[in-house]
Amino acid sequence: MLRFIVQRLGQTVIVLFVVSLIVFSLVHLTPGDPVDAVFSGQNVTAQQKDEYRHQLGLDKSLPQQYLAFAGGAVRGDLGTSLRSGRPVWSMIATTLPATLELVLAALVIAIVIAVPVAIVSALRQGSVWDRTGSFAALFGISMPSFWLGMMLILVFSVSLHLFPASGRLSIDTGLSQLSGLLLLDSALQGNWQAFVSGLQHLALPALTLGAAIAATLTRILRSGLLEVKDQDYVEALWARGLSFWQVLRHMMRNALPATVIVMGVRIGVLLGGAIVVETVFSWPGMGRLIVDSIRSRDYPVVQGAVLAMAVVFVLFNLATDLLHGWLDPRVKHTKVSA
Amino acid sequence: MNRLRRTYQFLGGSWPIAFAMMVIVIFVVVGVLAPVLAPQDPNAQDLVARLQPPLSPGHVLGTDVLGRDVLSRLIYGTRVSLVVGFTAVALAGVLGVVVGLVSGYFGGWVDSVFMRVVDAWLAFPFLLMAIAIVAILGPGLKNIVIALAITGWVVYARLVRGETLSLREREFVLSARGLGASRPAIMVQHILPNILAPILVVATLELGVVIVTEASLSFLGLGADASQSSWGQTLADGRAYITQAWWLVTLPGPAIFVVVLAVNVLGDGIRDALDPRLQSRRNADTPV
Repeated sequence: MLRFIVQRLGQTVIVLFVVSLIVFSLVHLTPGDPVDAVFSGQNVTAQQKDEYRHQLGLDKSLPQQYLAFAGGAVRGDLGTSLRSGRPVWSMIATTLPATLELVLAALVIAIVIAVPVAIVSALRQGSVWDRTGSFAALFGISMPSFWLGMMLILVFSVSLHLFPASGRLSIDTGLSQLSGLLLLDSALQGNWQAFVSGLQHLALPALTLGAAIAATLTRILRSGLLEVKDQDYVEALWARGLSFWQVLRHMMRNALPATVIVMGVRIGVLLGGAIVVETVFSWPGMGRLIVDSIRSRDYPVVQGAVLAMAVVFVLFNLATDLLHGWLDPRVKHTKVSA
Repeated sequence: MNRLRRTYQFLGGSWPIAFAMMVIVIFVVVGVLAPVLAPQDPNAQDLVARLQPPLSPGHVLGTDVLGRDVLSRLIYGTRVSLVVGFTAVALAGVLGVVVGLVSGYFGGWVDSVFMRVVDAWLAFPFLLMAIAIVAILGPGLKNIVIALAITGWVVYARLVRGETLSLREREFVLSARGLGASRPAIMVQHILPNILAPILVVATLELGVVIVTEASLSFLGLGADASQSSWGQTLADGRAYITQAWWLVTLPGPAIFVVVLAVNVLGDGIRDALDPRLQSRRNADTPV
């Protein structure tokens, strides 16, 4: 297992290096000068622009700029925002927990919906339940999440006034932030008013994102269970008189590795979906930070935030691979393939 | 080619898939005939008739905040979605197939370099990379197509590389090589026709992804400009008026949803038709 982990970590380092190269090149392929974009419409002399360019290191050669960027990123220094002058790292630190909270809540919702539906669909293949579940899943993957979000706002916020349509927390809760994960912070401080408010604000965005993941997860888990349900060992377990739950546990144990690996790849879609969902619900997370900084052409923030999202994604992938190795012992005994 | 013919026969025998194909054809026809079918110019503003609800005189689906006819904008939006979808899928497909063929056929260091690039590409969330590219190139449909092609090619490259690896040692390829066929000829004339079916499946499913991504980018304000009526943009325009004009945020959704659902049903159908394991299961289920 140790060798497997070391090999996988080595691959992750290489991928992170290439990712940093891509992010750096993306921003430096930008047509036009970012400094001109910052001062557009302002009365600024060429000398002042040159000084600003020098201050940002934009007058150095590209390899020097990359080394400065990569070195800074490793130390946690991603530069400063061209607009607000705040360190990019601190902007990411305030928005990343919001995105993580949303993604984790969506994952929980997805698992709660998808696992029972996939089990019933697979075990009752071809039944009305299976057809309904499969169609609902197909329905879910075809529905644009921003539209579902709008519909939930229309029904539950505008018409029924059950849930707030935007933000993370009511302003009167008096919660001091520790981890940035509001539900965790409010539970740790025993501030139940903030906890309930946080849950209410989280409900609609998490449901929107969770529905999309649930649809994918249902399809993958169902097909995984269908692969194993007619195998000899399952027949043997039934024949030995094991209970339904015991047989199901064995089936899940064999269907889960493939599900985990496919879901690991789909995490990218999930993070991408979070960008859209955050915009719909004005959720103050990484997605909104990226969209807002693109609109204001604040390239250091775009660069830093895109890199941070990509790193989170790579680490998620690493975690799912390690989980896969733990769930499926065959993986760690074979050479890690490229 | 036999597999493709079998697919066609299979598709003819399944009503959900036939229905999905019909839906796609209808959308294509609506897109092509948009100037004929749209009751009004989608950009014609009428500030007197702004925010008219559906079934208002002269506006079956109502008007937006600038008094533009929603039905006409949705009809023209079909054109935007399908043009972006088909073009981006075709560009990504060509790029990915070329990389996959070269990588799989040549192997060695060429394969290693290409596959490391593919790994790094896959390390980016799809939409995030599309957003980053549009941020650089600037908003606009042409740039969205480029962004979607740049982000989407890896799926094809991986698939084609794997298939090519398994085909390059087969007898028909070895004999073509023995007869002196050039490498490009072997790749294009002998290997490519044998992997068209799985490419078709991926391209169909990718079409749905691309249409939703275009709508998402337009929704985020990074897509079509104001003169090009995209479904995502119509929805984004209506967002600020959600309490006054429900139709602006409600109506573009089903358009996106129906076309993507049809594409997904079709993609699933083709995939199932080409899966030999499902084939044998189906044959086994068929009463003799």
